Amino acid sequence: MDYEIVVIGGGPAGLAAAIEARKNGVQKILVVERDRELGGILQQCIHNGFGLHVFKEELTGPEYAERFINELKENNITYLLNAMVLEITQEKEVHIVSPNEGYLCIKAQAIILAMGCRERTAGAIAMPGTRPAGVYTAGTAQRFINMEGYMVGKKVVILGSGDIGLIMARRMTLEGAEVLAVAEILPFSGGLTRNIVQCLDDFNIPLYLSHTVTKVKGHNRVEGVTIAKVDENRRPIPGTEINYDCDTLLLSVGLIPENEVSKTVGLKIDPKTNGPIVNEVMETSSNGIFACGNVVHVHDLVDFVTEESRRAGRGAARYVQNQLDNSVIGFETIAGDGISYIVPQSVRIENVEANLDLFMRVRNIYHNVKLVVKSGDKVIKEKKKAHMAPGEMEHITLKKDELQQIDGSTLIIEVKEEG
Amino acid sequence: MYDVIIIGAGVAGTYIARELARYNLKLLLLDKENDVANQTTMANSAIIHAGYDAKAGYKKGKFNAPGNKMFDQVCDELDVLFKRCGSLVVGFDENDQRIIKELYENGVKNGVPDMRILDKKEVHEMEKNISDAICCALYAPTAGIISPFELAIALAENAVDNGVTLKLNTRVENIYRLEPGYKVVTNNGDFETRLVINCAGVFADEICNMVTKPNFEIKPRKGNYFILDKDMGDMVNHIIFQCPSDKGKGILIAPTVHGNLIVGPDSEFVTDKNDLATESEQLEYVKKTALLTSDKIQFNKVIRVFAGLRASSSTGDFVIEEVEGAKGFINVGGYESPGLSSIPAVAEYVVTIVKNTGLVDWVKNENFNPRRRPVVRFVELSKEEKIEKIKENSKFGQIVCRCETVTEAEIIDCIHRSAGATTVKGVKKRTRPGMGRCQGGFCGPRVQEILARELNKNIEDILYDGENSYVLTEQTK
Repeated sequence: MDYEIVVIGGGPAGLAAAIEARKNGVQKILVVERDRELGGILQQCIHNGFGLHVFKEELTGPEYAERFINELKENNITYLLNAMVLEITQEKEVHIVSPNEGYLCIKAQAIILAMGCRERTAGAIAMPGTRPAGVYTAGTAQRFINMEGYMVGKKVVILGSGDIGLIMARRMTLEGAEVLAVAEILPFSGGLTRNIVQCLDDFNIPLYLSHTVTKVKGHNRVEGVTIAKVDENRRPIPGTEINYDCDTLLLSVGLIPENEVSKTVGLKIDPKTNGPIVNEVMETSSNGIFACGNVVHVHDLVDFVTEESRRAGRGAARYVQNQLDNSVIGFETIAGDGISYIVPQSVRIENVEANLDLFMRVRNIYHNVKLVVKSGDKVIKEKKKAHMAPGEMEHITLKKDELQQIDGSTLIIEVKEEG
Repeated sequence: MYDVIIIGAGVAGTYIARELARYNLKLLLLDKENDVANQTTMANSAIIHAGYDAKAGYKKGKFNAPGNKMFDQVCDELDVLFKRCGSLVVGFDENDQRIIKELYENGVKNGVPDMRILDKKEVHEMEKNISDAICCALYAPTAGIISPFELAIALAENAVDNGVTLKLNTRVENIYRLEPGYKVVTNNGDFETRLVINCAGVFADEICNMVTKPNFEIKPRKGNYFILDKDMGDMVNHIIFQCPSDKGKGILIAPTVHGNLIVGPDSEFVTDKNDLATESEQLEYVKKTALLTSDKIQFNKVIRVFAGLRASSSTGDFVIEEVEGAKGFINVGGYESPGLSSIPAVAEYVVTIVKNTGLVDWVKNENFNPRRRPVVRFVELSKEEKIEKIKENSKFGQIVCRCETVTEAEIIDCIHRSAGATTVKGVKKRTRPGMGRCQGGFCGPRVQEILARELNKNIEDILYDGENSYVLTEQTK
């Protein structure tokens, strides 16, 4: 069984990439999804706020997913459910197991990686204290509550103010639980401002910035949690402890792109994003293997995932149709002062469609600064920013004529004080 | 009346139960927990020591090396992963060099085979990622790695299949003397027996004190550990210890049988025998110390931290004997490291003690089957074997745990075996969903659902681990 494109992952990234590849003339496309249904994590995000950019309207997660699932089906794109990719090879063989199909080894001309991300766990942050039931990542709690229909606790402390944590503070409150506090180790929240207002402030849930959990108590089930203020080195300050009696600790302490499959084929991983290094068409370090969505870098809005994945879908289509110029060596994008990473990491101008969109995150909170795009000492573009925060992805669009000004092998973006 | 009641279903209790099952005896294995191997056997360094560091003349020194030798056979019979990867005790200076020489000499006395003292060049040829400051090492090729709880689970299963009765959730509250024998009073009924074998780990002193005046005291020592993700698992090929000190065998880094990296432990006496909390400062100490062995350990790859207790005896040695003045009451106490490494030899010794009491008829069990039905580890099968397995049973095609590639068929099997899993952690211990980098974030709800279905229970009633470790509270509104 051969396909032109195999898409690994049937969440928002995989769906958008598959549909876009079909729209660009690719006939034989297979989407491989490991869960029971398409849609990915969107299916458990029953709150609204999705689609403002892509559809200019506000949808819930399942509604947003449904539009793409319907379009996938209308386009007769083949998909497998409960199907897990064990391995991909340099020859672009995709090894899949599923209860219905057995063991499949599918040869593809191009592969699009869209496996999304996973949550950082209590273990990964070396959580001090006991390891009882009642400690959940926010996404797991969200799955239990929104998809399985079961509550996970009654009195809750949340560590980390990532978006899922904030959403879950509201969700658990609405389900009758008492959310006692949200602690965030950084001096600012990693979540969207609108989520802090709508999910914490509106429910009088206190947010303790520069605080972390210093002890989990309880042998079998969580019985209490201690939080404390941290110094500038993120070390707890003795004497600042606050004790909570609670049965639940939710964690929203970061997301990690899931690149185990990418590693089976030896893709180069960017240590900053934890995702594969990609170029202007979202192609990874291996020709014909593309990647998009949270497997590349963690996005804050699904709308941006969709846009990026469409780019990957077009890129894979052009690859299959031999329309990509692989002979040229492009320039690298370099994260300068104040920038933690830029995607894509390399660009071949010859393959850029109309404009080049560069996505990045900043390292800190900034007010009244500008993003400066430079090639050598030459400033190519500046963008004024009244406010920037690590929790909100930034992006800059470079037009073709701006791209023509780039000489040399690098493009630097940095944060500069205004004036 | 039972012939023997064994208290505690850790690796000692389960091993001894299986050895006694070779004879026609009525055997009862008790544990207060809702699963076997839930305490010290669950949380330790997972090492089969070669036997050079336990002092010659002590029981620890006597049993370790002979026990070590017996692991290939028992692991083959029970289909338990065991890898004789060898160990290095590394030295940084002249003082360490002296310690290493002493260990070598002690090892010779204990009967440890094939040890060698390596110079700087040799040790760096064996391990590329270790610190350049390391100038010598004691190499012991017989040391190995194992999953202690998987061993104990396999032993329990095999013991039950050979006629041992296993009662979990059974806490011993008191023991009375009968003439002859004992009455063991528990929260789950009273049981009469000719002999008692006390394998109660950190609680062994308390169990012993139920029949005699205190003759040893357990002072639990806590150790904190890190488990790192599998891309760190091959950074070393051997178990690498720093030189032992009064704080134990020295911080180690080692691959695990499942391909992770384990780093730890520290050592601190604690007063509470239930204190399994990890401590930030202690973990920081472990990290700092381990980085001296290799600065290539990437601690951002940590997927789990845990702490375990060692059942250290006030006597400084194992307490393995029939209690004076309590005929037929046998202690296996003070059972800390190298308890796991010694257990095959210790179990044989305990069987001899039982026989020599003359309290039970000694007839061979002709039906004893030492082999456990093999376990399918899907992730380790070849492509052809995977294809075959899925053809046999389509549930081998359903991957439940994506991090460790565990199939639904494996999970169902581990629930229905003797001494099978009843909790989310029970499944995790047996087949590994939840052991990986997502720590059960994705597969937890699925495992819960499978347990409920297979055990015919409500999903809310499926526990994570021990009593009252509920995961779900109620249905949503």
